[in-house]
Amino acid sequence: MSSETAAPTEVIRVREVVTRFGDNLVHDRVSLSVRQGEIYGLMGGSGSGKSTLLREMILLLRPQSGSIRVLGKELDRIGRAEAAWLRRQWGVLFQSGALYSSLTVAENVAMKLREYTRLPAAVIDEIVRMKIRMVGLPDHAADLYPAELSGGMVKRASLARALAMDPRLLFLDEPTSGLDPIGAEAFDRLILELRDMLGLTVVMVTHDLDSIWTIVDRFAVLGDHRVIAEGTLEEVIHQPHSIIRQFFWGARGRLRSAHGQ
Amino acid sequence: MAIRQPDLEQEAFPAKGSPLAARVRLEADPEEGWRLYCSGSWLAERLDAAVATLKQVAGRLRDTRVVWDFSAVSQMDSAGMMLHLHYRRRLEQQGCRQEFLGRSQEQQELEALLLRYLPGERGRRRSIAQRLLAPLAALGRTVLQGLRDWRAFLAFLGENAVVLAQSLLHPLSLRFDAIAKNIEDAGVRALPIITLTSFLIGVVIAYQGAVQLQKFGANIFIVDMIGISVTRELAPLITAIVVAGRTGSSYTAQLGVMKITEEIDAMKVMGFDPQRFLVLPRILALMIALPLMIFFADLVGIFGGMVVAHLHLNLSWSEFIHRLQNVVAVKHFWIGIFKGPFFAWLIAVVGCFRGLQVSRDTESIGYYTTVSVVNSIFLVIACDALFSVVFTELGI
Repeated sequence: MSSETAAPTEVIRVREVVTRFGDNLVHDRVSLSVRQGEIYGLMGGSGSGKSTLLREMILLLRPQSGSIRVLGKELDRIGRAEAAWLRRQWGVLFQSGALYSSLTVAENVAMKLREYTRLPAAVIDEIVRMKIRMVGLPDHAADLYPAELSGGMVKRASLARALAMDPRLLFLDEPTSGLDPIGAEAFDRLILELRDMLGLTVVMVTHDLDSIWTIVDRFAVLGDHRVIAEGTLEEVIHQPHSIIRQFFWGARGRLRSAHGQ
Repeated sequence: MAIRQPDLEQEAFPAKGSPLAARVRLEADPEEGWRLYCSGSWLAERLDAAVATLKQVAGRLRDTRVVWDFSAVSQMDSAGMMLHLHYRRRLEQQGCRQEFLGRSQEQQELEALLLRYLPGERGRRRSIAQRLLAPLAALGRTVLQGLRDWRAFLAFLGENAVVLAQSLLHPLSLRFDAIAKNIEDAGVRALPIITLTSFLIGVVIAYQGAVQLQKFGANIFIVDMIGISVTRELAPLITAIVVAGRTGSSYTAQLGVMKITEEIDAMKVMGFDPQRFLVLPRILALMIALPLMIFFADLVGIFGGMVVAHLHLNLSWSEFIHRLQNVVAVKHFWIGIFKGPFFAWLIAVVGCFRGLQVSRDTESIGYYTTVSVVNSIFLVIACDALFSVVFTELGI
């Protein structure tokens, strides 16, 4: 979809980012860019710093050097008001869902709307129930507490919460981890649908090859502290780098490569 | 077919009350009825003014023609559309005929999308009878919950007794290293706070007593007062309360976290009975540690009284100790120590039981920790009262 647009706008631009924790170098001059309306994947093995990079994009961590620009705002010299504005423009789905356990699903989803708007309670209630339906949860899930939900339902509820304020940007941290293959596929399809319906830009951390094959428009592979490759699947898959060969032509990848096309 | 792709620059910074805010204006329609002029950007965080107007206006429009004019609306997100849909439904119920003007392609797509997922009216409004009965239902649930707690507690005690009996038959199967570690955590590490509290209690009692005794010139009786009250009642009670707050809560939290992280399940499937590995060592450790701590608190408490007696009543150190030896019967001291294991058992059993009750969510740790401390402090005081009655009746 986004590949057809003539001059794609850069929504996120990461330039020369260096991150280290103590002596542990995580990113060594990482650069990448995410365009408007695409589903962008961050890939790499465990410990390659994908989640760290995501946390830097959503103002939870600060890189040692380099610049990150999100929706035209430079994150390292962002003011309080700008940061507050930015935080309303995105929704984040954490790996474990991170639903507030003392609130019901409906209250979780309503949280941002209650805080940031003065809509009548009835309207908020309708919006919340609409979002809950949109992510494919049954109506009665609204009144359940997070502890009463299955893993897949937690992800969906958390997605509904992330979508509550119609964000422009959606960050997903390993959205399909912990889901069975059928649930994972359904979730992938849901994200694709929502992107098309709501005009979202989606950034997802994943190491699920199926997601890369089916829904991701472009992606970056992190490894050796840098971006080894960035682009569409066709552009990346034939690169000779050893990590990419392991990813896509290892036992699991080969199977997918053989059947997927 | 993306519905909302607002351009980034235009929206850079919305100030409150800026021309970007969503607004609604009610005017008479040139043809018939009323016209709602909508303008600005209908995004979630800019709807305040529109909401206020709609609230005012909606009640007045009944059985008439209403035209919604959207031609001046620049952007709309789902919150904005839902607001419109909400009032549209309300006007419909009030018998208005509604027409729509100037809606963009995007807005119509958004509307179609939302209508697909729009929840129906919530038909679950509770009837008055149900609402009146709600407190009774809550009471019933609480009672049932209490009964269930009791049953679970009895089951827990039973298991505990079985494990204890097994351990007594095979004393070597006791987890001595775990007991030692728990004694260190619950006992040795609590000494600073025990020192401080019991010293202060001794000081306070001595001060209050000194003022009264001075009136009668009965200064020397301060020794009897402190010697008996501290050893028999205050040191055991204060120590137990501090331990309930400090160790009882930590038992609950430790076991609760282990429950959440499934460590307890892991132990069970490996054949390690949590009662034997986690609960029993904690109970035994506290039953050993608490009497020792009470002894320590006795010393410090009496010392606190001695300092006040020395400074305030000019009673010399040696006089104080001499009278303490001669007058205060040693039974008071032993009664205080004797209570220790009972208090310890209550605190540890309640702490462990509540810890194992923690369910999957993080909130329940906080809940059960509070419940555990409240329960154990109450039980300690109730048990102390029981001892007082029994010992008095027995004439001890």
